[in-house]
Amino acid sequence: MSFAVPRDDKPDQTFTNRQLEQIVREHAGRLATALVRITGDFATAEDLVQDAVLAALGRWPVEGVPNRPDAWLFTVARNRGLDALRRQNNYRTKLAELQWPVQPAQDDRLSLIFMCCHPALSRPAQIALTLRVVCGLTTAQIARAFLVSEATVAQRITRAKRKITDAGIPYRVPDPSELGARLREVLSVIYLLLNEGYLSTAQRGGSRDLVDDAEWLAAQLHDLMPAEPEVAGLLALIRLHRARANARFDADGNLVLLVHQDRSNWDHEAIAGASRLLQRAAARREPGPYQLQAAIVACHAEAGDWAETDWEQILLLYDMLLHLAPSPLTRLHRSIALRYVAGPEAALAEVEALGESLDRYHLYHATRADLLRATDRADEARAADRRALELTANPAEQAVLRHRLDWGEDGR
Amino acid sequence: MRYVLLFVETEQFERDFEAMSQADRDRAVGLVYKWMADHADKIRGGRKLQPAATATTVRLDTGSDPVVTDGPFVEGKEVVSGYTEVEVDDLDQVLHMVSTWPGCPVVEIRPILEMPPALP
Repeated sequence: MSFAVPRDDKPDQTFTNRQLEQIVREHAGRLATALVRITGDFATAEDLVQDAVLAALGRWPVEGVPNRPDAWLFTVARNRGLDALRRQNNYRTKLAELQWPVQPAQDDRLSLIFMCCHPALSRPAQIALTLRVVCGLTTAQIARAFLVSEATVAQRITRAKRKITDAGIPYRVPDPSELGARLREVLSVIYLLLNEGYLSTAQRGGSRDLVDDAEWLAAQLHDLMPAEPEVAGLLALIRLHRARANARFDADGNLVLLVHQDRSNWDHEAIAGASRLLQRAAARREPGPYQLQAAIVACHAEAGDWAETDWEQILLLYDMLLHLAPSPLTRLHRSIALRYVAGPEAALAEVEALGESLDRYHLYHATRADLLRATDRADEARAADRRALELTANPAEQAVLRHRLDWGEDGR
Repeated sequence: MRYVLLFVETEQFERDFEAMSQADRDRAVGLVYKWMADHADKIRGGRKLQPAATATTVRLDTGSDPVVTDGPFVEGKEVVSGYTEVEVDDLDQVLHMVSTWPGCPVVEIRPILEMPPALP
């Protein structure tokens, strides 16, 4: 049995790949929740969504995007489902009777997100599941974005789905008593996508922009949980980063450090929007690590130029962040603000205290090199820069460090 | 769904327990009994085990006769010290239960494999 695509669904104009991916993403999660509700089985629903996504990415570039992409995806998924569930008559009957749009009795997207980011799943499994079922990425796209093989991603998905079924991981929003911890888990996954996407911008031309997915996920979550200030904080943080993305690389693809960035290339409207979002969240007086990080980035983003930067405010925000979430990495970042408030000697003393925990981290050595240079210890600075160069695999960062070693300039 | 909670003790936990006064030890044991009573509607059995020093391990994969050795199968700082079987709706309910467990510092949650009914 098969169903025709709705008759009034004439192909639209042509789209770029990126637009196709966005359209798929808009609908994948909703399709997944509808299918879970019908089949009662997450693993089956997930397979059907992936099939529909693959069919769309194969056919839309040739046939055009249907006017109702959600109905198209649903029809494909339903037809596959009727095939796949041939032996399970109860599901087949339910599926066959279904019309799109499925009665939106309740929005299950939150249940879906919380299930994909359940703490009983490993972090890589949480990420792969979320990207595939909530954002509608294909296994191949995930593999390319994380530089792992498709077989690895496919295996992670299979194992995660088996664990969900066998270990009884529920498909629902956690109880209020657990919601805080579980939400932090979801935010960690989104934050990791931001980091991964942010660091790889220069390296992987043409591959999926994970920052895009991170922003979309955070926006969905904010839409579903508008009263959670940390969700708004993370969304603001992502938007503040994106607003300045155009100035991070020059025409030749070289990384441009903040001090040298052309701030007229920043998206000031987006910065203002993100700042308003952050202020509304802060008005709830429940500060958290994401709001504080966003506030720090906002200080930089709102400064007219490097000299105008409000370092005292930034230092204060770092102190609050350290109080909530102590980490050597945050102390390292704080030391940069400390330099402009209390001088390079004070900052250097702070950085030296972090050597034990951050010795393998290139930015520790690069920051130390900056401070050594600022305190007229050029030879030690060069040694620290060389150590930083040994430790980074990121070509854009390597280029900055090489330039500094060649010219001995204060890159900051 | 049914799960088994495997309670795992660490050397540190054992030392701390030994160092307690008898009154504190009684209180600690009392908390465990209270926890068991609070969740009695979900608990389907279980036992506290004798210390790991009483364990005997038999290996059948050595290619020759079974090899019997003294001690638990993994010599480690963490040993299983008891188990409880529970019946709940899903993993989140077990996680919620375990979050207030007042005894040993590690609990492993394992779903029980549902076997089809045995053939006559």
